Amino acid sequence: MAKSIFIALREGALEGELAPALTIKDSVASPFGFQVFDHVLCQLFSSILAGKSPSRGLIVVSFSRSPSFYLELLKSKGISVASSDKRIQILDCYNDPLGWKDQLVESGNFRAPSHEALISSVVTVFREVKHMDKLFNSIIELGRGLVGGGKIRFSIAIDSVDEMLRRASVSSVARLLSNLRSHDQISSIFWLLHSDLHKARVTAVLEYLSSMVASLEPSHQLANGQRGDLENFSLIEHNSKKGKFHVRFKKRNGRVRMMSEEVHIEQSGINFTPLSSEGAINQGLVPKVQFNLQLSEKERIDKANVVLPFEHQGNGKPLQIYDGRRSLVDSKHVDAVENVETNEDGGRGEIIYYRDSDDEMPDSDEDPDDDLDI
Amino acid sequence: MNQRSSNLLDEALGLDQAIEPWPLRGRVVAIEDRVETSGSFVLHHLLKRSLSPNSSNVSIFIAFSQPFSHYDRVLRKLGCNLVSQRDNGRFFFFDMLKLQCPVGDEGITPGGGLIALYGKIHKTISALPEISQKNVSIIIDDLSLMEVAANGSSDYVLDFLHYCRTLTSEFDCSLITLNHEDIYSIEDGSTFLLQMAYLADILIKAEPLATGLAADVHGQLTVSNKGRNKASNFHFKVKENVVECFYPGRSRD
Repeated sequence: MAKSIFIALREGALEGELAPALTIKDSVASPFGFQVFDHVLCQLFSSILAGKSPSRGLIVVSFSRSPSFYLELLKSKGISVASSDKRIQILDCYNDPLGWKDQLVESGNFRAPSHEALISSVVTVFREVKHMDKLFNSIIELGRGLVGGGKIRFSIAIDSVDEMLRRASVSSVARLLSNLRSHDQISSIFWLLHSDLHKARVTAVLEYLSSMVASLEPSHQLANGQRGDLENFSLIEHNSKKGKFHVRFKKRNGRVRMMSEEVHIEQSGINFTPLSSEGAINQGLVPKVQFNLQLSEKERIDKANVVLPFEHQGNGKPLQIYDGRRSLVDSKHVDAVENVETNEDGGRGEIIYYRDSDDEMPDSDEDPDDDLDI
Repeated sequence: MNQRSSNLLDEALGLDQAIEPWPLRGRVVAIEDRVETSGSFVLHHLLKRSLSPNSSNVSIFIAFSQPFSHYDRVLRKLGCNLVSQRDNGRFFFFDMLKLQCPVGDEGITPGGGLIALYGKIHKTISALPEISQKNVSIIIDDLSLMEVAANGSSDYVLDFLHYCRTLTSEFDCSLITLNHEDIYSIEDGSTFLLQMAYLADILIKAEPLATGLAADVHGQLTVSNKGRNKASNFHFKVKENVVECFYPGRSRD
């Protein structure tokens, strides 16, 4: 399913259509947004490099992580940036977003670091993150520089929208994103959002702007407002390794499709697996005790096969409901019938009951309370 | 003994194996405490470890809450002399007790406020010899008082922290901050705490026990280490000159 995201981003926009946009949404309880973002970025970039996508370049707008991080990331995936610098450009809104360093240099209190020059062929520093119009122009300019003018398209990755929202109004951020989506040179766009930093309506605005929403949720919800006791802690530990991954696609015809997967975070990277059944999750959480609290798979099937006495059997035969008042002869007859049936469809379960001791009264029409003196 | 007792905290932070190179380099560590359980002992512990004699770490301490003499006394009890470390050029103390950011236009003048502080930190690090530049810890005590100094503008503090964070990627230094969890109301959405949680690679929470106050246990620490996808939880007891950390039910007295 994660695959269908990549396909949509890779295929990009058709002529006269808005570019597909993906919101990657996480929260503090399941903070794997960056890992998913990296994963999508690497997948998309390698298909751009391989020429499998109509998009000819990638612009990374980096707010919350340094450009060198992305260069290292691509290198670690075996993508050499030196040979692919015609395909990727990073707009650096990380190192000096507000121009403080510039101001300090001007006042003579600051020495610009020297090693920045090394990566400058790929990285462009942007210093006015408060101005969304200028940001838009810089992104488009950078993209044109990368792929040239005309009809050649490029893709955009933004980490993260939160930094933009902190410094500019929701409407101006929304305008920027929707202008980017409708620009005819943009093939696809995706961004990262930490949903709990904003009001629900802000998240909704961004979700409306996107054709796909990938949201990360913890596999176990923590009870809110509780102090961290040990029980909570085991959940936190559990959530620090995996989470639920829901994707909502909006199709061209307006249909909406939801899909879920499980995401595992490992030292080596990120893995998507089909959602395991609730039962399996619960099994892992039940504390280890000496007796069985849960049924094995076979026991569960056997239990499901038992036809309960009060259940309507509806197979044309007379109903045989034990009402506790049947004579001995009758019950023998019933037993015989039951046995035949059991042999017929082998898989059917039955209730076998052993009386624990003679102290236990057999079911009868004796009034158990008749010794009470009322 | 001294070494053993802090093992759990060191282990959770990855400080138990090698101290050189500094295991927290390039990391952001956020400590959150509550009024019942002060988390400053974690700060002192980290300061002590970073100034340990068999490493070449440098610490830059930005103090909004206490004067130098306070930290000097505390660290002396832990067996570390801040005055001599300062004279050796391994400990830089920025006294920000009286900092008041200029009002109006968020204090964006190179002359004052947090921009100037950032410039000072950057200058200090750049002036260090090449070898120590790689092992710098910037310690801030504490963020709530920094917000007060910034006239209550948490955005300005976040911007400052962002610039400090660019130092962690530029010089590979570490950023350690202390903040109070219970001073933010839920109505605000406690956005600042969440921002810190996203910013931090390692989040340390000092909380009282869920069951209330106890004589033998002063509180519990929860350390979530994002880089290693690990979380650990243990109890602690702050003693005169040492902090004991132990798993629940394992107190040694």
